[in-house]
Amino acid sequence: MEKFTTITSIAAPLDRANIDTDAIIPKQFLKSIKRSGFGPNLFDEWRYLDHGEVGMDNTKRPLNTDFVLNKAQYQGAKILLARENFGCGSSREHAPWALEDYGFKVIIAPSFADIFYNNCFKNGILPIVQDNSIMDKLFTFEGEITIDLESQSVHANDESYAFEVDTERKRRLINGLDDIGLTLQYADDIKSFETTYFKKYPWLN
Amino acid sequence: MAQTLYDKLMAEHVVREEATTSLIYIDRQLIHEVTSPQAFEGLEIAGRKPWRLDANLAVPDHNVPTTERSAGVSSIKDPISKLQIETLDKNCSDFGINEITMNDIRQGIVHVVGPEQGATLPGMSIVCGDSHTSTHGALGALAFGIGTSEVEHVLATGCLWQSKSKNLKIEVNGKLNKFVSAKDVALYIIGQIGTAGGTGFAIEFAGTTIQELSVEGRMTLCNMAIEAGARVGMVAVDDKTLDYVKGRPMAPTGDEWNKAVEYWNTLHSDEGAHFDQVISINADDIKPQVTWGTSPEMVIGVDGNVPDPDKETDPVKAESIRNALNYIHLKANTPINTVNIDKVFIGSCTNSRIEDLRVAAIVAKGKHIADNIKLALVVPGSGLIKKQAEDEGLDKIFTDAGFEWREAGCSMCLAMNADKLEVGERCASTSNRNFEGRQGQGSFTHLVSPAIAASSAIAGHFSEVK
Repeated sequence: MEKFTTITSIAAPLDRANIDTDAIIPKQFLKSIKRSGFGPNLFDEWRYLDHGEVGMDNTKRPLNTDFVLNKAQYQGAKILLARENFGCGSSREHAPWALEDYGFKVIIAPSFADIFYNNCFKNGILPIVQDNSIMDKLFTFEGEITIDLESQSVHANDESYAFEVDTERKRRLINGLDDIGLTLQYADDIKSFETTYFKKYPWLN
Repeated sequence: MAQTLYDKLMAEHVVREEATTSLIYIDRQLIHEVTSPQAFEGLEIAGRKPWRLDANLAVPDHNVPTTERSAGVSSIKDPISKLQIETLDKNCSDFGINEITMNDIRQGIVHVVGPEQGATLPGMSIVCGDSHTSTHGALGALAFGIGTSEVEHVLATGCLWQSKSKNLKIEVNGKLNKFVSAKDVALYIIGQIGTAGGTGFAIEFAGTTIQELSVEGRMTLCNMAIEAGARVGMVAVDDKTLDYVKGRPMAPTGDEWNKAVEYWNTLHSDEGAHFDQVISINADDIKPQVTWGTSPEMVIGVDGNVPDPDKETDPVKAESIRNALNYIHLKANTPINTVNIDKVFIGSCTNSRIEDLRVAAIVAKGKHIADNIKLALVVPGSGLIKKQAEDEGLDKIFTDAGFEWREAGCSMCLAMNADKLEVGERCASTSNRNFEGRQGQGSFTHLVSPAIAASSAIAGHFSEVK
């Protein structure tokens, strides 16, 4: 996984609450057995005017010019702004894969759904929670925003806003660490747990 | 110290504790074709082997056709769906994972198959790359949905890093009215607390109403915990749980059964255990529910009216109502029971179990679907449920009433297979999500119970059971 340090970018404002993972990546694209290539179909039903299917040439599809990601000023945005309960619904990791493949590294919202929040960290995306009052300011701010994970702060204009992140998740993001490799360092702990556990609950083995 | 059921289940599985997170041992991982291929690929690239093969059970469900499929995987017309199922078969065979394949009579929706096979047992920690894994909590298990990276992590290590959730108790007391089911209880609760009301919590459902529910009904309720934002939904173990589990193919027997029962009988919250939040609901207040919008919290009684955004004081909520009404082509203040429907879907991991099919059959018996209904589908949750329903003559009741009787699978709940809505079609659906485009791009989903789905199919519009 790529190491996460600081990100400076304009932010695309997607001013909606309860954006679900079906909207982030519609189900027809989940048939892929790959982990990459979901970016062109991110928010497919909002982004294009026609019905998207796997295998289409997305560069030739009619764009919904009203949709925020299709506006010229937000091209290349690495930060996405949204409202409450972002990422609710299905546990599909295709949602953060699509966001990451599109180029988003940070999502800022007042709240996130649990599974989605968790999935972001596995894919080098930093989900940041900010109060509604700060979200309102960010939604109206037009310049570049800097996210500094080390100091846990969002800088917009001359203002900066602190954010919370679990220490261990932060360490793994900053160092781009492989979760499985880290857990397997504790293989002996797992084995000794199993010995006691299966003695106690023999029907589980 | 008095513990909640959730606290007990978590504590029993801790392998290692760190400051804010714990390494949790996973007893069972259920696997399906959509969220596993990238996990197996990851294992292969890293040269890793599954930690404990027996912990895993795989079954294809999302992409399987529900029409004639005796030719097996080659019956799947869509080449991409077909490849996904072939990939699951290959991965399970290469890695040595137990798989119930498509044409096995035990095949079905992963959250129906787990409990049915006894692969889900009380006290277990259970994960699956699917948010509706909360279903299994109905048996007093700790069960939650995960993403594909975590599927790979569990395959490779047998464990998962978890932070502890807060405890929320939802108490429902009293007797449910006739034709009010677990589905209506679930939708009513989500209407009360919202789709983020349970975020960060593990929900324990308790109270006399929950005790009275069958284990199948409890599964329906726990299944929808995720629609309230909670990854975990649970019900304490009681005699109904034990009766349900006994004799299942993967359940313990003999001395092990007795030993297991002794432990399982401790799987309830202790008297005086601390809950971070408690919500009380009176069963008598719950009417049959119908969603009117594009989120499960947008729900009203079947005799209610679609809300008016101009009467909503919170601007974000008012905007959400406007967006939803605009998408779903309904006007504010419309009585929902005057809204015509085009299709009906009875099925999904929420409502495809035998008692769901029985109640829908009671409502449909001797009647016929209305002329404006283009398609009414009944999709059993597993091949075994299909057979049981056929043994009881339910299939005949449905087909006589104009419903189609299908093979088991996820089907039109998320429309990854050929069962989907066309643009502009309106569906009364017993599934769990009414998001934009969920059952087909530009289509309109209204979540209901099996009884209301059947009565609406007969009336041609949303209708209570007459």
